[in-house]
Amino acid sequence: MRENLHRFFRAARGVGVHVSPAESIDAMRAVSQVGFSDRAVLRDALLLTLAKSQDEKLALGDCFDLFFSQPGPRQEQPEGADQDASQDPDQAPSSGASNDAGGGSPQQQELGPLAQMLLSQDRNAIAAAIASAAGAASLSDIRYSTQRGIFSSRILDAMGLQRLRDELDELTASNPALAERLRAALDALREAVRDTVSQGLALYAREEAENLRNDILRNAPLARIERRQVAEMRALIRQIARRLRERYSKPRKRQRRGHLDVRRTLRRNAAWGGVPFLTAWKRKHRDRPKIVALCDVSGSVAQVSDFFLLLIHSLHEVVDDVRSFAFSSHLIEVSEILEAKSPEEAMAEIMSKVGFGSSDYGSSLVDFEKEFMSTLTPQTTVIVLGDARSNNLDPRADILRRISERSKRLVWLNPEGRLAWGFGDSEMPRYATFCTVVRQCATAQQLERAVSDIVATYQ
Amino acid sequence: MADQKASTSIEAVESGLAAQGYIASRQIATAVYLSQQIEKPILVEGPAGVGKTELAKAIAAWSGKKMIRLQCYEGLDEAKALYEWKYAKQLLYTQILKDKLGEVLGGAQTLHAALDQLHDFGDVFFSKEFVEPRPLLQALEQPGGCVLLIDEIDKSDAEFESLLLEILSDFQVTIPELGTVSAITPPTVILTSNSERDLGDALKRRCLHLHIGFPEQRLEERIVESRVPGISQTLRRQMVGFIHEIRSLDLKKLPSVSETIDWARVLVLLQASELDTDIVKDTLNVLLKYEADIEAATPQVTTFIAKAARSNVFG
Repeated sequence: MRENLHRFFRAARGVGVHVSPAESIDAMRAVSQVGFSDRAVLRDALLLTLAKSQDEKLALGDCFDLFFSQPGPRQEQPEGADQDASQDPDQAPSSGASNDAGGGSPQQQELGPLAQMLLSQDRNAIAAAIASAAGAASLSDIRYSTQRGIFSSRILDAMGLQRLRDELDELTASNPALAERLRAALDALREAVRDTVSQGLALYAREEAENLRNDILRNAPLARIERRQVAEMRALIRQIARRLRERYSKPRKRQRRGHLDVRRTLRRNAAWGGVPFLTAWKRKHRDRPKIVALCDVSGSVAQVSDFFLLLIHSLHEVVDDVRSFAFSSHLIEVSEILEAKSPEEAMAEIMSKVGFGSSDYGSSLVDFEKEFMSTLTPQTTVIVLGDARSNNLDPRADILRRISERSKRLVWLNPEGRLAWGFGDSEMPRYATFCTVVRQCATAQQLERAVSDIVATYQ
Repeated sequence: MADQKASTSIEAVESGLAAQGYIASRQIATAVYLSQQIEKPILVEGPAGVGKTELAKAIAAWSGKKMIRLQCYEGLDEAKALYEWKYAKQLLYTQILKDKLGEVLGGAQTLHAALDQLHDFGDVFFSKEFVEPRPLLQALEQPGGCVLLIDEIDKSDAEFESLLLEILSDFQVTIPELGTVSAITPPTVILTSNSERDLGDALKRRCLHLHIGFPEQRLEERIVESRVPGISQTLRRQMVGFIHEIRSLDLKKLPSVSETIDWARVLVLLQASELDTDIVKDTLNVLLKYEADIEAATPQVTTFIAKAARSNVFG
């Protein structure tokens, strides 16, 4: 059973629960206290020791149910199952060789243990044999769905399929009826093994598959993401947002020890005639982040603006002082919508208000200057998310210059590659002269880096 | 055999806590049992008012141990949580003992000899006598063990968390001048958190993680029954059903168990025999703590009462 627990820990890592060796030791100790007889208590004990947050508890709970649903028949007859479990180590791996297993009718006696087991229809024994053969074939190493075939045949080999085949050949001649029964049982066995392997894949391969998929997604251009991947991409962006929040949300008071603030020290100690009992140290002054985000939601960037908005939404959670605006042909403030609503609702509302129009950077900038120029202070970072394609209308780069002058930094994140800047109706080169930083921002990874840099300048 | 013992022990924990008026779910009882068996602290997370602090009190009352509580807040440090030197006492003693010191050192001829003699007295002024134990040290020094409640750990600074690590894993603290103080009897440690910020992995790793959410309807009825004995069964069913409906709304602050109990007390005080629209509207401010929430809930009151009454008939 200890072996089983170890495999469960691996499966738990697969669903994203961090199980360190120390935690697995704790879990082992807890399990040795509560035992295996009550599944609900076992589940609670594992959840208590391994999971570290509510999300992890849910994931681990599902994983537990999947994992321990494996040996189905065992649950029905716990006493019988225990016996089988104690027998199976010497039974299954050596099944090809051992020949002394007695019992059964006279004609079955010369058959191998696997054949006898199949004929006797002992479901418990079969399940136990599959489990131990799966252990021998190290099923927990399975990584990809293409490996299913090879693992199935390995398990069957470990159970002694070769010998069974030979016996089948003999029996077809000598006892066709029995051969027929055996063949049907073998088919059922194959099916059972295939199910075991599929389940193993679901349990153990998830970690690898998820890592691979996320890696690909992170570097995939946002504009060319397929419909079925959108949900996964959203989850990924949410992960990024959570990471950002964890890293930057807590206002850390950092005292710079080492530089004495003479003036404050003297003043504080005036009562003792200037003898410095209490010291005062210079503190590093740190700006509070102030961010103004302008997000293009026009037709030309429709694919990407979803993710832009999602990221701005997460910015609202990280930074206290964010004002966000969305524009296509005109500009509106969307801070309140983003703050009050869930990402999905907020995005739908913003899109219905200004989305999908043809973009007009000039008039949007005019809107901004007219109403919101006063929001900019020398501490503000302005982020513009857009492709700078203004349909050959007046770009009004002069307004952007004034925005740049009034703010601390002006960051432009463009989903298009550098090669496309300046071609067609792209006004990027004209805008770029007034920006502190211009970055290409086409993949989730670039998006994360860009936002992380922006927030980090305030730390 | 051992398994059998475990499940009966968990039930014993459950009934023990129930005797103290704390109705625990199976998970909570398992956590308490495990924490006693493998001597690990429990980190309790959950929304405000679901009985995180109550749990510690109930455990203390049940096991007959003293409860020591450390309320965390921003800026909490070693001096307030662990120990502090009694500076005033040290100063006073040096003044009083001045003459004695003179006597002792009188025999010395040279400054060097005096210094040597002074060394022989050891660190008189930095001994146990002059240590002011704060909650954490107090908890370690209880001969019969105790229940140490570290409340709202998420309010403290990240540095304070690191300070706790030694206590949580080994039940000992190191005081530079005195050495390491180990617990006489390992205390039962309960940490609570409202998830205001994410706690460090190092801290989480050392604890059993228990999440207490809003209880199921049955369990909540039992809680009300144990806390407010005077309430009739019909009213209890109705009000708990009503609160469960309220929790389905999108509110700023959902009513939790403590609000349920308060409301039950209010209803008993008003001698209500069953819920009706007027009485609910008048007492809604006991349940909901924000004006906006009350406004959002008021139009739904009649429907919720009807629903709660209906489920009462069939359930």
